[in-house]
Amino acid sequence: MSDAQPTSSAPVLEVEDVTKRFGGVQALRGVSLAIRPGRVHAVIGENGAGKSTLMKIMAGVLAPDSGRLLVDGRPVELRSVQAALGHGIALIHQELNLCDNLDVGANIFLGREPRRWGTIDFAAIGQDAKKYLDAVGLNVPPDTLVGELTIAQQQLVEIAKALSVGGRVLIMDEPTSSLSQREVDALFAIIDKLRDEGAAIVYISHRLAEVQRLADEVTVLRDGEIAGRLQRHEINHDSLVQLMVGRDISQFYARRPHEVGEPVLEVRGLRTQAWPQHAVDLTVRRGEMVGLAGLVGAGRSELLRAIFGVDVPVAGHVRLHGKLLPTGRCRAAIEAGLALVPEDRKQQGLILPMAVRTNIGLPGLARHKIAGAILNRRREAEDTRRMIDAMRIKTSSPRQAVQNLSGGNQQKVVIGKWLAMDPWCLLLDEPTRGVDIGAKQEIYRLMEELAERGVAILFASSEMEEVISMSDLVVVMHEGQVMGELVGEQITEEAIMHLATGNTAATTGV
Amino acid sequence: MKKILGILGLLVFVCVATALLSDRFLTEFNIENLIRRSALFGIISIGAAFVIITGGIDLSIGSVVCLVGCLFPWMLVEQGLSPPTALAIVAIMSLGIGLSHGLLITKLRLQPFVVTLCGLLIYRGLTRGIVNDQTQGFRGGYTMLRNLSQGQIPLPGTEFGIPNPCLILAVVTVAAAFFLNYTVYGRYLLALGRNEEATRFSGINTQRMVIVAYVICAALSGLGGLLFVLDVGSAQPVDFGSFYELYAIAAAVLGGCSLRGGEGTVLGVVIGAAVMQVLRNSITLIDWIPTNIEYAVIGAVILGGTIVDEVVRRLAAARKAPRADAKDKREDS
Repeated sequence: MSDAQPTSSAPVLEVEDVTKRFGGVQALRGVSLAIRPGRVHAVIGENGAGKSTLMKIMAGVLAPDSGRLLVDGRPVELRSVQAALGHGIALIHQELNLCDNLDVGANIFLGREPRRWGTIDFAAIGQDAKKYLDAVGLNVPPDTLVGELTIAQQQLVEIAKALSVGGRVLIMDEPTSSLSQREVDALFAIIDKLRDEGAAIVYISHRLAEVQRLADEVTVLRDGEIAGRLQRHEINHDSLVQLMVGRDISQFYARRPHEVGEPVLEVRGLRTQAWPQHAVDLTVRRGEMVGLAGLVGAGRSELLRAIFGVDVPVAGHVRLHGKLLPTGRCRAAIEAGLALVPEDRKQQGLILPMAVRTNIGLPGLARHKIAGAILNRRREAEDTRRMIDAMRIKTSSPRQAVQNLSGGNQQKVVIGKWLAMDPWCLLLDEPTRGVDIGAKQEIYRLMEELAERGVAILFASSEMEEVISMSDLVVVMHEGQVMGELVGEQITEEAIMHLATGNTAATTGV
Repeated sequence: MKKILGILGLLVFVCVATALLSDRFLTEFNIENLIRRSALFGIISIGAAFVIITGGIDLSIGSVVCLVGCLFPWMLVEQGLSPPTALAIVAIMSLGIGLSHGLLITKLRLQPFVVTLCGLLIYRGLTRGIVNDQTQGFRGGYTMLRNLSQGQIPLPGTEFGIPNPCLILAVVTVAAAFFLNYTVYGRYLLALGRNEEATRFSGINTQRMVIVAYVICAALSGLGGLLFVLDVGSAQPVDFGSFYELYAIAAAVLGGCSLRGGEGTVLGVVIGAAVMQVLRNSITLIDWIPTNIEYAVIGAVILGGTIVDEVVRRLAAARKAPRADAKDKREDS
């Protein structure tokens, strides 16, 4: 783990002491990096470590607050993606940025179409496109519609597009996240080839096996800072994990020990539409807090939605207090005592332009209706008052539109609308995403109070501290599969990371 | 309430202006006729409003009016069916049309615009085929039935009377307003119009509610078609009810419905329908406005109203914004 940079070749792109803030969040702090031609430079880190921000700064999407960028040793200001492209720096997006209604050639030359007599020179596009497609080993005619290609092939089109604008630095953001193993192997062969031809490649990933396979050097980010750098011979699984984690979290939130009772939520053989090949079994007991850990895209949200019944599972069943819930019917699940605080507060959790009262009352309307149809406004008002008091929701009035509340208070409204239903089992998906520290602590305290009252809690979180300090039991998922369960002393950042990156419990030695 | 004030102001303005510009406006015959027409259009506009509140659209209203308006007298006069049988058939037809729109839009996820545009073409085409483009009428019979639209309840002590369609509209308005504001189902419609996903995540069967909205719309279109033909006495399948969907949608929008969904009041829509009819009336009555520019005038008035509404809303928001900022800061500290 030395900081010494090899001096084999001059860096094509350097990042010097770059800092970036978003509101109250320090996304990057004094980050420096040198990207050299003919090498694969991996940038790794947990969710929220600052990887995407760094990458966007390098690609001209964001401007740094302080610090500078150098291309070929000369300071530059990258005010736009176009400017970055002008210096040969190209970003290959995680979500592909192609027009799938146009053909491959048209996408490669979008905005720079060769022209003849004012019209597009299709012959020239065909010839030039073929050249770049050969370079990335994609064997399809340039007039194929992009929509007809697989995701892996579309990615190669993106790379071909980057090469066609003279890309020397290719920034790849999680390029393998939606590829099969064979496609991954093919992509790696292309990356090797591009590297041998002298391209500089920045490879962003959280898959440690890929980093070990590809990287010539690794920079590890943690909480917006450089946690360490590794050279080729130093890269192995343990050294990577140790750098990614390794933080004192004992002060994060101190829980009181409490009793755990009989099973409340029993999930058996549940297969989601996103990951039908993996059946999930899960049990949450009375008063127990179970943390669902995993990396982005591990299938946790899909699992929670299928348990709740708002998505229809492919197979399997859910029992609440031993009672079988009809699959894919969340109304029945709610009446049986299940509730879900969804991942996307603004889209799934709240109707933003409507009043606090309307939002809190919504799930209970069916339960409290009078004479089979009529709104019970009194009950709605009572529940709202009760929740505003209990959760300390800061709002000028119950009639205030939810969109005027702060993020933390909005989240409390979402939790409140479900607590008003007196659930036996509460599912929470990223319960503290986008809320400030104070509101976070309040939400944790609330979760703990609920558990003490006997509510079974299953929560998914991408924040390591949250999972470790709040869970009685941690279930770790990877690509739709439960990789293992951790209890008590086993719950460490290293153990979770090990499972979350696709290793099984048998190899963890726990 | 504030929303209704705007449209009510527009109605009063158009009425006063027409009364000043034409001495034929405030005659007993004209007022009575105007109220009857407004009531008929009010009924189909409420239907349109239900669909618009879900964030959808129904372009088939005019063709359903045509279908019912032509087939009802055709069944009575040409086919010799009894009035109850004919009424039952048009009712089932209307409900079936609404149900099929709703199912296609929710289960097959087709776009409302496309589904109901096809409906617009299909129902008119079918009607013309069935009656072979012949004008259908009651031939002077069925006076009891026709009284439903043509009759009136006399106001004691005056020569005036309240046209029957006005009473039917009153019943429909009260029922619709009650449904929208006082039942859980009305609340579901408003909620899903604003955010379908969050409503579904609250355990509400949003697909079923969308279907209900299309059924209500088609049912009110059918009722409208029935009352329209009872009123005028005959229906020409080529153009009976044509453009009525646009009058209905315009009335709903004037009355405060947003085409983005989740917004609207029944009373506002009824007043919006009245504005449309008064405008048409004033174009006929005021001599110096050529009748053939009717659509241009209506279009211009709706556009003007919408622009004023938007400008007023932005001004109000701009005045509110600094205060909201100050409050946020207090909450943060």
